[in-house]
Amino acid sequence: MLNTYVVYVENKPGVLTRVASLFRRRAFNIDSLTVGRTEKPEVSRMTITVDADLDQSRRIEANLYKLVNVLLVENITHEPAIVRDLAMIKVAATHEARSHVLELASVFRARVVDVAPDSLTIEITGGEDKIDGLLEVLRPYGVLEMVRTGIVAMRRGKGSTPVSAPDNSDHDVAEEDVSHSV
Amino acid sequence: MKDKTNMTGASILWECIEREGVQTVFGYPGGAILPAYDALKGSKIHHILVRHEQGATHMADGYARASGKVGVAVATSGPGATNMVTGIATAMLDSSPIVCITGQVGSKLIGSDAFQETDITGVTLPITKHNYLVTHASEVARTVREAFYVARSGRPGPVLIDITKDAQQTTCEFDYEAAKPQLPGYRPDLSPDKKEYDQALELIHNAKRPVILAGHGIIISGAMSEVREFAEKTGIPVALTLLGLGAFPASHPLNLGMMGMHGEAWVNHTIQEADLLLAFGMRFDDRVTGNLKTYASSAKKIHIEIDPAEINKNVKVDVPLVGDLREVLHELLPHVETIDRSEWLDSIDKLKGDAAVRDIQNLPDSGHLYAAHVINDLWRETRDGDTVVVTDVGQHQMWEAQYYKHEKSRSLITSGGLGTMGFALPAAIGAKVARPEADVWVVVGDGGFQMTLCELATIVQEKLKVNIAIINNGFLGMVRQWQEFFYERNYAATPLLNPDFQKLGEAYGIRSMTVTERSQVVPSVRAARDHDGPVLINFRVEQEDTVYPMVAAGASLHEMIRRPSKIVETAEDE
Repeated sequence: MLNTYVVYVENKPGVLTRVASLFRRRAFNIDSLTVGRTEKPEVSRMTITVDADLDQSRRIEANLYKLVNVLLVENITHEPAIVRDLAMIKVAATHEARSHVLELASVFRARVVDVAPDSLTIEITGGEDKIDGLLEVLRPYGVLEMVRTGIVAMRRGKGSTPVSAPDNSDHDVAEEDVSHSV
Repeated sequence: MKDKTNMTGASILWECIEREGVQTVFGYPGGAILPAYDALKGSKIHHILVRHEQGATHMADGYARASGKVGVAVATSGPGATNMVTGIATAMLDSSPIVCITGQVGSKLIGSDAFQETDITGVTLPITKHNYLVTHASEVARTVREAFYVARSGRPGPVLIDITKDAQQTTCEFDYEAAKPQLPGYRPDLSPDKKEYDQALELIHNAKRPVILAGHGIIISGAMSEVREFAEKTGIPVALTLLGLGAFPASHPLNLGMMGMHGEAWVNHTIQEADLLLAFGMRFDDRVTGNLKTYASSAKKIHIEIDPAEINKNVKVDVPLVGDLREVLHELLPHVETIDRSEWLDSIDKLKGDAAVRDIQNLPDSGHLYAAHVINDLWRETRDGDTVVVTDVGQHQMWEAQYYKHEKSRSLITSGGLGTMGFALPAAIGAKVARPEADVWVVVGDGGFQMTLCELATIVQEKLKVNIAIINNGFLGMVRQWQEFFYERNYAATPLLNPDFQKLGEAYGIRSMTVTERSQVVPSVRAARDHDGPVLINFRVEQEDTVYPMVAAGASLHEMIRRPSKIVETAEDE
């Protein structure tokens, strides 16, 4: 089944490679992986979805912890969580199709972010099912281009990023060498 | 030395390595590491010049395995660094703590395909426990402290530090105390909870046919006396993995011997018949389990292991106890009960008789020199001293494991997980440096010896007393054995046309001899031990001898190919 992990890592160069390389090396197939900053500058956050059974999912967690730069791993597959994916879909929309496409977009609460003579670009945020649903109904009109971010996830309820890493900003590493891209 | 002072990155490097207690490093200089070599003159560290960087990593590894301390290898960028890859992978699979220092091109040149530039942190990412790219002198101190800590703690492993040339050359303020390791995500000190201990104890007390599987983790954790106490208190017999040999005395009545592909037949049968396996610091490698589907299928399993990622990896276990073995056994020991296991032990004893008649040691001398003879005689001659045997990979390695009876931990050093040919000679150099008082013996095949024999020069240059026993059968013996069994004796690319090893040794200034008969084995070993310098003995052994028993790859553990019991006739047939 598809497992969703939230992985907190030190915001240091090369950490993304370490995580991605781990999945490759242990022959686990990443379904999606997103990474970005958190409210703490020294911590980056990844949302990773992987197809794995129960045993595999535990071993993925244990293997992630073996990476020295990994701070915390949460398997939120069975937790109440907000899960969002973002897609931009460029649809062929000639004059007569345009109103139908706009109607569909509004049913899905998607936004039109670009209009061209022969096409519309729709931005949609939501769970993967919702985006799949919109995509399904737009397909007959001709999907010219599509991009999805992959999911980001957050547990529902109170609570903040449960980790922190030492802030090395007082360390005399020249500023331009502190990479924020992992 | 004052604690706050301006120093170059190179000087900080050696200062920090010294503060880790390191006295000797193994290395090979080159352009990108030259500033560090220049700074060596201000350091108390003794540098051993190797002949190939792979050798440096195996020496650091041998040093680590012989002493339990972190071994250090040094190389330059590019080819120097890539030559270390095999040694790093070897240390990784056998959980050996080494720190590798490599030079790197200047930080402004990184990514430009500069001369001798290799992305060595990228290359070694999957074969190191952790690695670092250091681009500023100010990062050196903390990185070195972290690297040694990561290498030796938890499940040990290799750590690589790649330092750019400018980071070695530039100067910065050095404050050792301020450069404390900052590893917020690194938690090597796990321990099981109460419930898991209770479950384990219940399984132990209810078991009728339990076996302890003793692995390398016992030696790493330093839990030899705890394991012995546990076995004696519970009356549970002990089977060992290759890397576990020495963790439990071979002469102990509860010692069964080695398990697995070339383990003793009764050991494998015992495991298959057991109703409880207690895995102590071992990882159910495929060489130990055979076919997983039929492996110890009626046994419950307790796995005491420091690395949580090993739990349920190969074999599904009933109770995992994740933590340091020594600490876990300390928790268990007061609660284990003494149970009479004589029925179980007697049934195991009965299995041994069949093996004894097949043992080459019990057969009359047919005039042929067998590797088993050499190793058994070597054992008889050296058993009483502080001896370290360092083996390579292949048939001789298995015969050593079968016929050299290890009583003490760290008396056998061998490449188990990666099976690295060429390991023995350099690893023995590291072992001798770590334990100068020990009698160090290299037991190596004629194939593996030729992979790293350049390090003979290192032995001579460093005036090291290392004894080398080449088990020379003129074949890549283990591969030949597989061809014999599984490829219809098609000996493709396994016969070796060898140089005269005696003359070769002499060319290096090493006292060398050739032995072709069993009667010469003991005198040659004695002569080697008496000689005040390195000795090489070329043992010309039976060419097409075979390691028995053998569990074919993928076969069940109890399905072993056994040595034909009429060995004398078989030998004469050839």
